[in-house]
Amino acid sequence: MSRIAPLDAARARNHPAYWAFLAHRLSGAALALFLPAHFYVLGTAVEADAFNQAIAWTASLPVKLMEALLVSALAIHLAGGLRLLALEFLPWSAQQKSRIAIAFGFALAVGLVFLFQALR
Amino acid sequence: MTSADRTATAPVNGLTTLKLSIWRGAEEGRFEEFEIPAEDRMTVLDAVTIVQRKLDPSLSYRFACRVGVCGSCAMMVNGTPRWTCRTHVSKVVRDGQITLAPLRSLPVIKDLATDMSAFFEKNEKAGGRFVPSQEGHRDIVSVDPKSRQRKRADAAIECIGCGVCYASCDVVAWNKDYLGPAALNRAWSLVNDERDGDKAGHLQKVAVDAGCHACHSHQACANNCPQMLNPTASIAGLKREIFAAALKGEL
Amino acid sequence: MAQRMELWLYVVQRLTAMILAPLVLLHLGVILYAIQGGVTGEEILARTQGSLAWMLIYGLFVLSAGLHGAIGLRGIVRELLGWNGPSLNLAALCFAAGLIWLGLRALGAVT
Repeated sequence: MSRIAPLDAARARNHPAYWAFLAHRLSGAALALFLPAHFYVLGTAVEADAFNQAIAWTASLPVKLMEALLVSALAIHLAGGLRLLALEFLPWSAQQKSRIAIAFGFALAVGLVFLFQALR
Repeated sequence: MTSADRTATAPVNGLTTLKLSIWRGAEEGRFEEFEIPAEDRMTVLDAVTIVQRKLDPSLSYRFACRVGVCGSCAMMVNGTPRWTCRTHVSKVVRDGQITLAPLRSLPVIKDLATDMSAFFEKNEKAGGRFVPSQEGHRDIVSVDPKSRQRKRADAAIECIGCGVCYASCDVVAWNKDYLGPAALNRAWSLVNDERDGDKAGHLQKVAVDAGCHACHSHQACANNCPQMLNPTASIAGLKREIFAAALKGEL
Repeated sequence: MAQRMELWLYVVQRLTAMILAPLVLLHLGVILYAIQGGVTGEEILARTQGSLAWMLIYGLFVLSAGLHGAIGLRGIVRELLGWNGPSLNLAALCFAAGLIWLGLRALGAVT
C-alpha cells in the first residue's frame, strides 16, 4: 500500500530533470516499438508495387500526424540522449537546466518543421 | 510579555488550527487525523511533537538535535522527504492540512519511524569504507584543497546519512536492490580521496547490477538533499570513471 | 558475471548512442528534405538503390539501433514490470536479433 497520495507523488516529480527523463523514456519506447513496422515496410521495397502502395498509404492525414509525432519522438529522444551524454561524460555544470531547455527547443523545432513540410 | 504570550495564538498563514494526517501502524495501518492550535513560526517537528505530547502519547517518531544537523527527523511531508525540524509549517501547509508518513522505500517499524538497516547495509555493499594505503607508522598526507580531486570529494563529503535522498529516489522505489544515491555518493567521495588505497575496488563495488548504472538522473535526490549535495553528479562521475576503466580493461 | 553484465550493457548503450547521434541527425535531415512536395516510393529508391554509401550508413544504423533499442526496452521492462533474470535477457536478445534481421532485410530491399 502506498503511503503517498498520488497527487503528492506527481507534485514531487514535477521538475525539469524528471520531465526530461519521462520524455526520453516515452519517446524511446515509442521508437523501439515502431521500428519493426518501419523495417517491415521498407522490406517490401523488393517489390516496387508493394512499396509504392505502402508509401501511398502514408499520404492520409491521420498517418501524417502519426509520422509527425514519430519524427518529433526521434528528435526528442536524440536531444534527451545528447543531454544525458553531456551530463554523464562532461564535467557537471550548473547549466544543466539550460541544456535541457535547449535540447527540447531543438526537438520541438524539428517536429514542427516536419509537420509543416508534410502538410504542404 | 513573555514568549509564551507572544506565540501562543499568533496564526500561521492566517490559520489558527492545523490539521495533521499522520500514518499509524507499520506496513499495514491507516492515516489518523489530528487537529492542533497553529503557532507562529512553528516547524513540522513542533507540530508532531505537540500531537505526541498533548494528544496521543502512543505516536512514534524520531528527532534528536532539532536544529538541522543530525538528520534524525527525516520523514515524508506531503509526499516529499524532509527534515521536520527544518520545515516551516507555513511553507508546506495546504488547505490548512499536512500529511506525515514514514520515509519511502524503508520498512516501517511503527508510525513515523522506519528501519534504516537496508540503507546502511547498502553503504557497506557499495564499499563506503575507507581503505588505508599505509601500513604501520602513518605519515600525514598533504592534500591540496584546490586539487580537482579534493574539490570533487569536498562537494560530496558532507553527507550525514539521513536517508532523504534514498526516500526521494524513484529507482530505489522501483528496484529494491539499487544501492541508492547516498551509498553511491559516499563511494564517489572515496574514489576522489587520494589517500584511499583501493580506487579500483571502490569502482568495482558500484559497477554491479543495481549499481551506479541504474541511475536515470532524475535528480530528486539533489533537489531534496538538506545538505545541498548532488548525488546525481557524483553518480555521473562514477559512470565516467567506470566507462574509461572498463574500456581500458582495468575492471 | 551477471554483476558485470549491467556494466557492459551500459557501455554498449552509451557507445551505440554516440554512433546513433550523427546518424539520427542525418536521418532527420534526409526526412525533412525528402518529404518536400510529397514522397513516393520511386523517389526514395532512386536515392538509395545501388548506393554503397547508403548501405554502409544504414547498415551501421540498423546494428546500432537494434542493440540500443533492445537494451533500452529491457531497462524499462525490468523497472516497471519487475521481470528479471535470464528469461528477460533472452527476450531482449531475441528482440535485438529480430530487429536487426528485419533491418538488414530492409537494407537489402532499398539499397
